[in-house]
Amino acid sequence: MSLLSILGVLSSAIFSGTSLLYTTLGEVIGQRSGIVNLGLEGVLLVSASSGFAVTVITGNPFLGLLAAALIGGLTNMILGYLVIHRKANQLASGLALMFFGFGLSALIGKPYVGARINGLPRIPLPGTSGLPQLYTSLFSFDILIHLSIPTAILVWWILFRTRWGLGLRAVGENADTAFASGRDPRLIRYQALFLSGLLAGLGAAHLSIAYTMNWTEYMTAGRGFIAVALVIFSRWHPMRAIVGALVFSGAVAFQLLLQSSGVQVSPFLLDTIPYVLTILVLIAWGGNRRQSAPASLGCVYHGTE
Amino acid sequence: MSQTAKTFPRVSLSNPLVNNLIRYLLMILLALLLFGIILLVTGKDPIQSYRDIFSATLGSTYGFSEVLLAMIPMLLTALAVALPARVGLINVGGEGQVYIGAAFATWGALAFQNKPAWILLPLMTLLGMIGGALWAFVPGYLKSIGLVNETIATLLMNSIAPKIVGFLIFGFWHSPMDTVKTDNFVSAARLPTFFDTRVHLGFVFALVLLALFWFIMKYTRWGLEMRAIGGNAQAARRNGIPLKGYLVTVMCIGGAIAGLAGMAQVSGFYGVLLLNFSMGLGFMGFLICWLAGGDPIGIFLMSFVVAVITTGGNLLQLTQGLPYAVINILLALALFVVLASPRFFEGKKA
Amino acid sequence: MPNPQNQTPMIALRGVTKRFPMTLANDHIDLDIFGSEIHALLGENGAGKSTLMKILFGFYRADAGEIQLNGKSITIRSPRDAHEYRIGMVFQDLNLIPAFSVAENIALFLPDLKAVLKPQEIDERINEVSKQYGLEVNPRALVSQLSIGEQQKVEILKLLLSNARLLILDEPTRVLAPHEVEALFGVLDNLRKDGYAIVLITHKLKEVLECADRITVLRGGRVAGSLLRAEATEEKLVALMFEKELSGLKIAEPKRDEMSTPVLELRGVETYVEGAGMSLKGINLQIRPGEIVGVAGVSGNGQKELCDVVLGMELCVRGEKYLFGKNLTNRPVGAMRKNGVSFIPENPLAMASVPFMTVLENMALTQTWRYARNGGFAMDWGVVKADIQQTAKRLEFPVNFYTIAKSLSGGNLQRMVILREMTHDPRLIVASYLTRGLDVQSALAARQALIQAREGGAGVLLVSEDLEELFTLSDRLLVLYGGRIVGEFKPPETDIYQVGHLMTGSKVEHVANG
Repeated sequence: MSLLSILGVLSSAIFSGTSLLYTTLGEVIGQRSGIVNLGLEGVLLVSASSGFAVTVITGNPFLGLLAAALIGGLTNMILGYLVIHRKANQLASGLALMFFGFGLSALIGKPYVGARINGLPRIPLPGTSGLPQLYTSLFSFDILIHLSIPTAILVWWILFRTRWGLGLRAVGENADTAFASGRDPRLIRYQALFLSGLLAGLGAAHLSIAYTMNWTEYMTAGRGFIAVALVIFSRWHPMRAIVGALVFSGAVAFQLLLQSSGVQVSPFLLDTIPYVLTILVLIAWGGNRRQSAPASLGCVYHGTE
Repeated sequence: MSQTAKTFPRVSLSNPLVNNLIRYLLMILLALLLFGIILLVTGKDPIQSYRDIFSATLGSTYGFSEVLLAMIPMLLTALAVALPARVGLINVGGEGQVYIGAAFATWGALAFQNKPAWILLPLMTLLGMIGGALWAFVPGYLKSIGLVNETIATLLMNSIAPKIVGFLIFGFWHSPMDTVKTDNFVSAARLPTFFDTRVHLGFVFALVLLALFWFIMKYTRWGLEMRAIGGNAQAARRNGIPLKGYLVTVMCIGGAIAGLAGMAQVSGFYGVLLLNFSMGLGFMGFLICWLAGGDPIGIFLMSFVVAVITTGGNLLQLTQGLPYAVINILLALALFVVLASPRFFEGKKA
Repeated sequence: MPNPQNQTPMIALRGVTKRFPMTLANDHIDLDIFGSEIHALLGENGAGKSTLMKILFGFYRADAGEIQLNGKSITIRSPRDAHEYRIGMVFQDLNLIPAFSVAENIALFLPDLKAVLKPQEIDERINEVSKQYGLEVNPRALVSQLSIGEQQKVEILKLLLSNARLLILDEPTRVLAPHEVEALFGVLDNLRKDGYAIVLITHKLKEVLECADRITVLRGGRVAGSLLRAEATEEKLVALMFEKELSGLKIAEPKRDEMSTPVLELRGVETYVEGAGMSLKGINLQIRPGEIVGVAGVSGNGQKELCDVVLGMELCVRGEKYLFGKNLTNRPVGAMRKNGVSFIPENPLAMASVPFMTVLENMALTQTWRYARNGGFAMDWGVVKADIQQTAKRLEFPVNFYTIAKSLSGGNLQRMVILREMTHDPRLIVASYLTRGLDVQSALAARQALIQAREGGAGVLLVSEDLEELFTLSDRLLVLYGGRIVGEFKPPETDIYQVGHLMTGSKVEHVANG
């Protein structure tokens, strides 16, 4: 097997993992504030379809990116209203949001099925310009890939190095304590969900505007649920989310590698790796799990009356 | 809620049942209104659309039978959530249990296809239930020994199950013509249907199980003990009720019911095992059960409403040129409206 | 020490009254708190100490009364208001976020925290204050990894850095080791010298006498007395804490065969509890048929764990448990129930009943196997009713089978549980705070029921904080302190003060028992 094919596999793994990293980072923020979003799949679909549609209409992928992010944040506000304001069950509300996303994205995307776009421009990795063209093209990444690791660092910085992040994590751990320290847990949760939706929107945009460059129904293929799993896998930490996304991409890469080398292993079984790993990790932690999950994850904040 | 109550003060004071019905109707109307606006925005005719939905479902005997057909897996998957919920377990894993149940049943159908129906069908039913139960045993057991939360475990296993089905279809079972599905089942492996409709025996299974659920919860020792655990696990344990045993058993039975839903889908509805055939049936069951507050009659009514919407969606696709998935918007809007009034289900737990 | 009599108090409470649905927690309480003073609030559990301080902290709102700050009347509606007035409180079950580091927990409450955190700067501020008062903790450590004593330090640091001037500490020594207590008092002493006012809620006499400048004793929601340290003696405080006059109602010693098989025997039982619970250490205990063994002690000293071990809720890590001569160590609760063990818990709503079930359904829960018919497919509710009605007649308790348990008042709920547990001729009754929440008449009936059961040959383990009740009912009285049995008495031969001293840990003597 040639170096070229190995690099090719690596490159495609990076492409497929990027949307997942953004989505996972967003969900880390949401869950750190105490809200599980099972509707992530739906949010991704709505963002992917609307981002693609805007790109087709304007011809500008950056406007598509912006639209996808904003739509992601706004879609999450539906969940916010249900679970924060109306104190509805988070799991049920998330699933309802998922079905909403199925429908709305189909409606938005329908006119653009099969449309062609100019995807996000690719910028070669610095330092690779001297290599043969065959190689540089493999490592010409779009802006979202270039920014993915910095974004993870940014999310870490926001969560752990700002006053707002401290308050957000406090809400996720114990909303009453956060309230006692003079914060408004409800407002913070809305803000967290919006930011979380923005990042999910970026992830979705990468899928439809940069990676596949088309729109098909259900194109996210379970990425929303993978992101929820990866949040647990990465123990609610943005930097470990990179590892989580790499594990997933690694499984994809491994699968491609095996195929290109002629070994027959079912891609379906390889697809289960991230989930099986997550379950094993959870079992290994055992009772210690409570130390990593935000303590009031899934709980309604009732306020003091 | 208080605003609704103000609009109908007499009703709300005199009869809570009528009041609830009126509230439900108002909510469905609100959802229809919202969806109508969306249709208008996209340039479709909402009145005509609703007329289509109605005529495709409640307007004819055949349409009505299609609604009943669509209800079968919903009733079963909702029940698969409702039973564990009674002991306080949140089973979000119906989706995975449906797939594994279907896979087990399919194995039976393929391996014993020369057996007569009276052997093959009970065998497939049993296999489907065993498959679902095994898939639910893992999270149930992990929960009972306090290792992993069942919500997370069932959710993760949901994502694994369809891939195992894919592995089995691609690797072993796919038909020579098509790699995404098995050969069509032999007729002995098909659940019998009623009259000239597509409604199959699974409907009877679902109704019997629903009635059994109601009976067990209301009249039996186990129902009493389960309600005690769900109502106050600590008190139940102090009163000598074996908590861990119930957690595992009930989770497995819930899984078995979801597995039966999977069996009913492949044997009754499709007659073949398809890749990704479920498309959220298990999640739908969770929502239906949650909206119905875990109540058997509520589950039946909710399933009916949801089945009308999804069945009607088929026609919408034909007449309005809308993607089938669009019907999910109407469904979700109805769910949003109900979810936004949590006081509805005060004192109930799903 | 300046003479506080001539000062305006920093905080003055006037006529503070707080009524909860079941009890009058605070009844017209007047209290003065001065700067540069440690003020001990002494009393039994349920005397109203915590409630009073939570009112001052804005956690509860008083029904009546006034709070004055430096002579001016103020209103405190929430903990935020309390922060404004520089009042801080450390709750009994500490309120830190375990997943956060020490610095993060403290930063959350810093009034002047900048938008971008400077961990170095925060650490320095913490170190500065912690050095000043000997509260050294590692700011970077996770709270979940700290001992309870260290967590206490963090709580105090949090208050100091949030600019509080009045520090309320609720039972700060409850879970501390002796050397940690000493260190804490050293810290408090330094704080007093710097002008802080400190309120120390406690029930331990020794500590009060060690560190307080002023002592207020609460009993039954009222101020029983307020003394300066110089005026206080152990005897005076015990007299104020516990009712002086005990009605001498004694019950004739029933005839017992001292040689019969004990209904309960614990041999060297030890348990292990994580967190704030109290592990049992080397418990040896025998209860013979027809014997009531009382367990005295301030709650939190292992009573709950003792009951749970007997019931099978908690595992023995060491030792053995024999019931009626059978070794039933670490068998499940169901096995205990089937062998005739009854349990009346301290909290009937949380620990014994299912709120959304009817009274009748609740009545069947401990004996589902007994009432199941047709292999479990039906329940014989008629027999349940008949059984319970029989007991109800005997105890003269009213019972309404079709009410939902949740809608019952605390006293009625307790009666429901007592009814259930007294049915089926139990052979061992574990009763924890039997009469809590009962009116005088029902309390009498409940006690009568225990005596009846004893006459019928049952053994009783009676846990209570009510010394009068224990002295009246028990054949033998044990004192539990810090998870150990520290004393054993025959009530008629015992002075109630002696027991009071042992309960409050002011005098620990080891008594061989068994």
